[in-house]
Amino acid sequence: MQIPIVTFRLPNGLFVTLSEDHTAPIVAVNLWYHVGSANERSGRTGFAHLFEHMLFQGSEDVAANEHFELVQRAGGTLNGSTWLERTNYFETLPSNQLELALWLEANRMGKLLPAMTQQKLDTQRDVVMNERRWSMDNQPYGTWMEKLPALCFPQSHPFHHSLIGSMEDLTAASLEDVAQFFATYYTPDNAVLTIAGDFEPGEARQMIERHFGPIPRGTGKPPLPDMTLPPVFGQWKREVVADDIMLPRLFLAFRSPVFGSDDYYAASVCGAALGLRSGSRLRRRLVRERQIAAEASAFTFDLAKGADLLVVDVTARPGIAVEQLEQEVAYELDQVVRDGLLVTEVERAVAVIQTMFVSSMQEAGERADRLSLFATYFGDPHRLNEEVDRYAAVTTERVNEFIRTRLGENNRASLVYVPRDDGPGELVGAGVAAAAQ
Amino acid sequence: MTAPPIRKAGRPRPSEPREYQFPRFERRRLENGVELVVAPVTKLPLVTVAVLVDAGAVCDAAGREGTARLVAKLLLEGTTTSDGAELTERFERLGASVDAQADWDAAAVTLTALSEHLPAAFDLLGEVIRTPAFRPREVERLKAERLAELLQLRAEPRGLADELFSRFLYTASSRYARPEGGDERSVETIDREQLLSFYETRYVPGGTTVVVAGDIEADHAEELTRRALGAWTGVAAKRVTADDLPARRDRAVHIIAKPDAAQAELRIGHVGIPRNHPDFFPVNVMNAVLGGLFNSRINLNLREAHGYTYGAFSSFEWRRQAGPFVVSTAVRSDITDAATREVLMEIDRIRAEAISPDELSLATSYLDGVFPIRFETTTAIAAALSVLVLHGLPDDYYDRYRERVRAITSEQILEAAQRHLHPDAMQMVVVGDPSIVRALLEAMRLGVTTLYDTLGQPIA
Repeated sequence: MQIPIVTFRLPNGLFVTLSEDHTAPIVAVNLWYHVGSANERSGRTGFAHLFEHMLFQGSEDVAANEHFELVQRAGGTLNGSTWLERTNYFETLPSNQLELALWLEANRMGKLLPAMTQQKLDTQRDVVMNERRWSMDNQPYGTWMEKLPALCFPQSHPFHHSLIGSMEDLTAASLEDVAQFFATYYTPDNAVLTIAGDFEPGEARQMIERHFGPIPRGTGKPPLPDMTLPPVFGQWKREVVADDIMLPRLFLAFRSPVFGSDDYYAASVCGAALGLRSGSRLRRRLVRERQIAAEASAFTFDLAKGADLLVVDVTARPGIAVEQLEQEVAYELDQVVRDGLLVTEVERAVAVIQTMFVSSMQEAGERADRLSLFATYFGDPHRLNEEVDRYAAVTTERVNEFIRTRLGENNRASLVYVPRDDGPGELVGAGVAAAAQ
Repeated sequence: MTAPPIRKAGRPRPSEPREYQFPRFERRRLENGVELVVAPVTKLPLVTVAVLVDAGAVCDAAGREGTARLVAKLLLEGTTTSDGAELTERFERLGASVDAQADWDAAAVTLTALSEHLPAAFDLLGEVIRTPAFRPREVERLKAERLAELLQLRAEPRGLADELFSRFLYTASSRYARPEGGDERSVETIDREQLLSFYETRYVPGGTTVVVAGDIEADHAEELTRRALGAWTGVAAKRVTADDLPARRDRAVHIIAKPDAAQAELRIGHVGIPRNHPDFFPVNVMNAVLGGLFNSRINLNLREAHGYTYGAFSSFEWRRQAGPFVVSTAVRSDITDAATREVLMEIDRIRAEAISPDELSLATSYLDGVFPIRFETTTAIAAALSVLVLHGLPDDYYDRYRERVRAITSEQILEAAQRHLHPDAMQMVVVGDPSIVRALLEAMRLGVTTLYDTLGQPIA
């Protein structure tokens, strides 16, 4: 399976990827800005995400919420999302509506600020605070997405702080912050645009030049601090969180090679071998055979700068205390570190990943998003066509080498959720003793 | 809200739309009664197979709710030749993803595999459906996992609100009043013999349809189906119909106490209409305007005008009998009353006056235009064909879908709203901090207000 890819760059720096597929009259437009929560200054956590909300509040030629209205009226779907390293905006539409999406994206990239008002900012701040309550504060274990990076990255590191932000910082965000953030990061030379699906490349290129061409290049963004980290934590970190939950749950993270590096693929396969689908090692051992866990999974964060995280996520079965959960998970991992994974386990993981990958490529929106990802992080969307081979090339030796160097006790971080009523006191003591060896 | 003046000039106009057809499909039938629906789609080397069996949750015996789901899930936990671990290994070494579920109206085992691995995976699928072992150890494990899931639900406001909403909606004897997967009382009591007997009665070729979508010819699909399920025998069991009567006719407020909750989860609604109701299309478009789209009235009001919530939506859940109509949102506890008031106001408003031509065209052009985007994947096509099968819709249903949506008028929408939204019968379910939400809701005088614990037991 090879996806057709054509790239070019506009004089203002906008990097464009085109990928044709005429099997259905559908086209996806996908824009990644190379800015995420990692770029936030202190006291403004959550700003990148709040800003994403503001991008749906209109621009010079588009009224508030009209962006949604126009795309939906055209029969399209749309959204945006914010991550540590990037923010993306995307539409999938009937192919005859391609220019509408390009015009909308260009209009907000070029002319956002005239539409910004204090009232819109206040409303979206309230919406985001409700998003925080809904996705984290009122959700069992919901804070893990904020607590795990905080535990795993040093205080000064750009990945340390909360993506959705604290209520305090959200309150402090001002219209001036909006203007400054926009001028700094929402520029054509800090973005990549991808079109995937049913379009004529010559026409598409003309549309892109017409709508994005006049937008001036930015004046540069402040560099991120050095994000390099040693390959291991150097200790077993641990944090206990008492939460309104029924069952203990352990997030066990390992510092791992950055997304897209050669070693990343070994880490990714390792994650799948340990915790993807019911045939994975931890699901089989902890859920099926030993029945210690109600659920078990493992995955990588896919961070492309400094260091990535591989996370093992295990929820206890009723009646299993948190100390036992931690000990049993550690026991399984120690065994993997000692004996390695079997060839058949690695083969299973690669086979499952390959089918998932091909499945995901059915959707124009997903193809466009992955092309944007490789364009943003590596300046090379063609990397998408190498994925299948890169995964196929991962050998059991390389996975086991990764396990030996990265899954040891000097590279573990345990984020442990315990039911609030139990009171963490005694349990913490027992766990620390087990962990500190 | 005052919007800045908009210069409409310069906005791009759409070019000529390109023709789209829902994938062509063919129906076949094996001698033993297994129906086959095949949609050959050549795009990527992938095939999805969904085996639909007339063994949904509505077939559960009273007091043994959860049987259908356990049986479906146990199919993948071991056959007479492979134990659960081996079976999983055999599927996953092929890279195949396989899942078994029992929804209200049917059980479905769904497989997606690369074309090159399809024959082997299809054979396994046949083994799974024809020779499950129901090993006692796996039966006990899956029961325990369901109980763990139920335990988790007590601390999960969204799931809890959904589950208890159904319970308060339907009459106590209705299968719909109990969770699809069963509850603590029923799951505990189910034993292996009952599971086996359910399997033997309901899993028969006569009640089974195999839906295949993807990179495969109809003849090949038939050959593989024949190989997997051709020798299967058994007589179709009688179809079971769920009782969909409401629990009560008057409005009522149900507060599930979750002290210190960071938000209040709201569910407001009543028993809706069955999937095969003649008003399906006007109701669907009406719901899009009311709360089905991002730019629907309820979301624009609660989220964009008031900032009360991250999102507010309404939906009709489509089942063979009448599923729920529900408005769902989560709001700051101290504005639970204001948010409820706005939701009720929007329901009154859509029943009181015709929607504007702009609102109508937004909803219809969205549903019309987005149609091809709904069927990009083999899984989505198989799911669409499954809907056809489950509800006995005509074969040209998807070919005519868009014209039927476009034909809807604002008069029909007003009529649908008046006929199918019932302000006087609204059940309001709130999972939240009772010390804040109770007084707020009582002051609204919406109806009888009852306070419950997280198991749904009334507290004084």
